[in-house]
Amino acid sequence: MPNFIDRRLNPKDKSLGNRRRFLKRAREELKRTIKEHVKTDRIADVDAGHKVPMPVGGSNEPTFRPARDSGDREYVLPGNREYIPGDRIEKQGGGGGAGSGAGTGKDEDDFQFLLSREEVLDLFFEDLELPDMIKLSLKEAVAFKPRRAGFATSGSPTNINVGRTMRNSYGRRIALHRPGRKAVEALAEEIAQLEAEVSLDASKRQRLQALREELDGLERRRRRIPYVDPVDIRFNRFERQPLPNANAVMFCLMDVSSSMGEREKDLAKRFFVLLHLFLKRRYDRIDMVFIRHTDEAGEVDEDTFFYSTQSGGTVVSTALEEMLNIIRERYPAKEWNIYAAQASDGDNIPRDSERCAAILNGALMRLCQYYAYVEIIDERETEIFGSTDNGTSLWRAYRTVDDKWPNFQMTRIARPSDIYPVFRKLFARQPTMQFRS
Amino acid sequence: MAKSATSQLLFHSSDWNFKTLSRAYDAIETIALDELGLNVYPNQLEIISAEQMLDAYSSVGMPLMYQHWSFGKRFVFEEHHYRKGHHGLAYELVINSNPCITYLMEGNTMAMQTLVTAHASFGHNHFFKNNYLFRQWTDANAILSYMEFSKKYIAKCEERHGTSAVEAILDSAHALMEQGVFRSRRPPRLSSKKEQERARERLEYEEQTYSDLWRTLPRSAERPNPEEAEREAMERKKVLNLPEENLLYFLEKNSLILEPWQRELLRIVRVIAQYFYPQRQTKVMNEGCATFVHYTIINRLFDQGKISEGAILEMLHSHSSVVFQPTFDDPRYSGINPYALGFALMQEIERICNNPTSEDRDWFPHIAGSGQWRETLLDAWANHRDESFILQYLSPALIRKFRLFLLTDQRNEKYCEVAAIHNERGYRAVRAALAKSYDIGANQPDVQVVDVDLLGDRQLRLRHNIKNGILLDEKERDATLQHVRHLWGYDVSLVGVDAETGKVRYECATA
Repeated sequence: MPNFIDRRLNPKDKSLGNRRRFLKRAREELKRTIKEHVKTDRIADVDAGHKVPMPVGGSNEPTFRPARDSGDREYVLPGNREYIPGDRIEKQGGGGGAGSGAGTGKDEDDFQFLLSREEVLDLFFEDLELPDMIKLSLKEAVAFKPRRAGFATSGSPTNINVGRTMRNSYGRRIALHRPGRKAVEALAEEIAQLEAEVSLDASKRQRLQALREELDGLERRRRRIPYVDPVDIRFNRFERQPLPNANAVMFCLMDVSSSMGEREKDLAKRFFVLLHLFLKRRYDRIDMVFIRHTDEAGEVDEDTFFYSTQSGGTVVSTALEEMLNIIRERYPAKEWNIYAAQASDGDNIPRDSERCAAILNGALMRLCQYYAYVEIIDERETEIFGSTDNGTSLWRAYRTVDDKWPNFQMTRIARPSDIYPVFRKLFARQPTMQFRS
Repeated sequence: MAKSATSQLLFHSSDWNFKTLSRAYDAIETIALDELGLNVYPNQLEIISAEQMLDAYSSVGMPLMYQHWSFGKRFVFEEHHYRKGHHGLAYELVINSNPCITYLMEGNTMAMQTLVTAHASFGHNHFFKNNYLFRQWTDANAILSYMEFSKKYIAKCEERHGTSAVEAILDSAHALMEQGVFRSRRPPRLSSKKEQERARERLEYEEQTYSDLWRTLPRSAERPNPEEAEREAMERKKVLNLPEENLLYFLEKNSLILEPWQRELLRIVRVIAQYFYPQRQTKVMNEGCATFVHYTIINRLFDQGKISEGAILEMLHSHSSVVFQPTFDDPRYSGINPYALGFALMQEIERICNNPTSEDRDWFPHIAGSGQWRETLLDAWANHRDESFILQYLSPALIRKFRLFLLTDQRNEKYCEVAAIHNERGYRAVRAALAKSYDIGANQPDVQVVDVDLLGDRQLRLRHNIKNGILLDEKERDATLQHVRHLWGYDVSLVGVDAETGKVRYECATA
C-alpha cells in the first residue's frame, strides 16, 4: 500500500511569483508593445487581454551553446526510404534539418503569450504614474440604495423591528417583575371562588380581603409597567449607501475639418483611448458616442470617426448641440455617467466660440461628469502658446468655462509624448468629483 | 459464472478513487516485484491538477524550487503551448527521491492511472534506484530536504540582500549551469545538514574576524626569471587544481569577490545541475525501462483477468501513441523519440534472449538464446547509460526496423552525405554514431578553467576545446562570458583550441 496524497487542494498558482518576476524583468519591452497596440487598436479593445511576443531583451538566458552553422556533424535519422551510401542531400537553411531540439529553440523566438487585462493596464498606467488616489477620485457616486445597518431607537413606524422590540420588552418585564397574566388570573379565580361561597367565616373574609388587595396591587403594577414601553421599540436602521452608477457614456467630439491632419487625429485618438481606459476601470458598461463635426455635426462609427475626412468649415457648437440632443434622447443623466472628451485644433468660425461656452455653461456642464478639452497644436506653436492664456478664440472662450466648473479641464498637446503628462494633469487637477444635484 | 469473472477486475468504470488506485497498485506491485524482480524505493503517489502540473513543469519538475524569473518564463511558455493545444500535459511526473514521488494527473482515467503507476512508480523508480549513474552521482535521500533548504535559503537571501542582488547571481549561475557539473570525477557528496551548518558558521566567523592588516604585509621581491615564472604557474595550477571543468565549482571556491551567501547560491545551482545530469544521460534507457515495465505489467494484468478489454485497449492506445516514431521527413519529426527507441531496445533484448536469429547469435553471442531476458535487462538498466547501452545493444534488426541512416554534414560542403544505411556495411557505423549522439559530455561545449594568476592581473583564463570544428554561438558566448566575469570579479578570457590540431581558432575576452 503506497502513500497517497491528494495535492489538489494545495494552494494554486505556485509559480505566480515567478511569473510576476518575469513580467517585471520584461517590463520595458512589454511596455513598448502595449504602446504599439494602443496606437493601432480600436479604443475599446486597448485593454483587452493582449498577446505580446516573448520579450527577448532582458529575459535572454545565454549559455555556451554550439553555433549552428559551424563544424562537422553527424545525424542518425529514422525512416530511410531510398537513400544508399554516397547519396547527397542539399542542405536547407541550416544543418540538414536534423538535430534534436531544433524545434524548441525556434519556437521560443516567435511565441506569443497573453497578458491579462490587469497586467496590461498596470503596464500602461505605470507610464502615467497615477497615484491610486487620483484613480479613485473618478469613482463618484450618483445613486443611493438603502442598506440595512443595525437598529435605531427612532424611525418611522413602518420600520419597527417587531422581534427586536418584543425582546427588549420581555427583558424589561422580567427585570421589573411585571406580574404575568397567569398570576393575575389565578388570583382572580381564587377571589371568585371565595366570593361564590355563601357564608364566609372571619378568617376567610380576611383572606378575601387580602387577596383583593393583592390583586389590586398587581393590577396597579401591571398598569405602571406597560407591556410595550416606548423605550423597547427598535427600528430597522437603513443607511443610504452610495451606489456607483455602473453605466457610463463617453462622448468623443472631434473636429474633422481639413485642418485636422493625420498627426492631429492620431494624437486625439490616443487621448480618447486613455479616457476610455480610465472609465473602463470604473464602470461595468461603457457606451461610446463619436461625434464629428465640420460646419455640421453628426454621430458616426469609430472607423469613420478616425479615418474618413470631410471638408467644410468649422462650427464647434454644432457638435455640442448634437451631444446635447443625444443625451436627451438616449442617455438620461440620472442613469448615466456622462464623460466627454473634445479634441480640436482650436479653429472655429468667429462668434461661435462664445456660443459654445454658453452651451457648456448653460446645460452641458450640469449633465457631464467630466469634460476634457484638448487642443492639438503645432509643435512650433508650443513655443508661442506654452502656458499663456492667449490662443484661439475657442481656447479663450473655454477658459471662462474652465474657471466656472471644476469638472471641466482643458489643455494643449503637440506631441505624443505630451499626452501622458497632460492626461495626468487633467486628472490630478481635480481632487474630488462633484456630485450632480 | 460471469459474475465471478468480473469480480476479478481491479476496476470497472473509468473513474478512479483511492480504493481502486490502491487495489491497482497492489496488483502492479506483485507483478513488478515478484515477476519482474524490480527493486524500488517506497512509493508516494500524489494527485495533482493540470495547473499544478504546469507549475511543476516550470520548476524543472521539483516539488520545491526557489523563485526565479526564468521559471516564470518557462511557465508562460508551457502554458501557452498547453492552452493552444500544441501539446498535452504529461500524465505523470516522477521525482528521483526516496520515497519516490509520482504525480498523477487528476484528469486521468482509472486505466491511465494504472498505466502511469506501472510506468512511473515502478519503471522509473526502479531505474532511479538501480542505475549506477543515479546511485553514484545523486542522493535520493537528501534531495528533498536539500531543495527545501535551498528554497528557504534563497528566500532568506532575498529578504536580506534584495531580490535583484540575488537574481543577478542566479542569472549568472544559470548561464553556467551546463558547465556546473562534474563529468569525469565524482562530485563531492551532499554533506549532511550539520556539516553545512558548521561550514556556514565558520564562514561567518571568518568574516567577523577578518583583519585588513594582513593585506598590508610587504610582498616578497619580484623575480622575473622565466623559468621561475613557469614553475610558479605550474605551482599555482596545482594549488587550484587546474584545469577545472566545473566552472561553477571553481568560481564558488575561488572567486575573489563573492560573499559567502553568493557562494552558497552558486553551490545550490551547481548541486541541482549535478542532480539532473544523470537524467540527461539516460533519457532513452530511463524511458525505455519505464515503458517496457508498464507494457509488460499491463499485459500481465490482462492475462490475469484483472483488467477489462476496454481498459487494456485504452492503455494500448496511449502506449502506442507514446512510442510512435515519425520518420525524418514527417512534419511531426523532432528527433528520435526516446520512448520509441528505448522501448524497442528493451523488447529487442527480450526477443534476442528468447527467440534469437542466427544474426543475433553472431552479434550478441553472450545473451542470444539464453532465455534470461529479465536478468539481462536488470543488468543493463543497472550498469549502462544511453551511450554505452546503445553501443552494446542496438541490434541490426532494430536498425532495419527503424530504417536508420547516417548523414554527415561537413561544414564546407553544400551537401549532406548519406554515410551509412541499414545494411551489413552500415550497421556498425550507424550504431556508433547514434551512441555518440547520446553522449552528453561529448556533445556539449567543453569549456574549462585553465589558468589564473591570483597575484598578478587575476585574469581568469578559460579554454574551449573545439571538437569537430563546432564553435560557440558568438553572441551567446560573449553574454555568457560577461556572466563569468560578474561572478569572478576580474577580466575573463576565452580561447578556442581545436582539440585535434591544437590550433587556436579564436580568442576573446571581456574588456
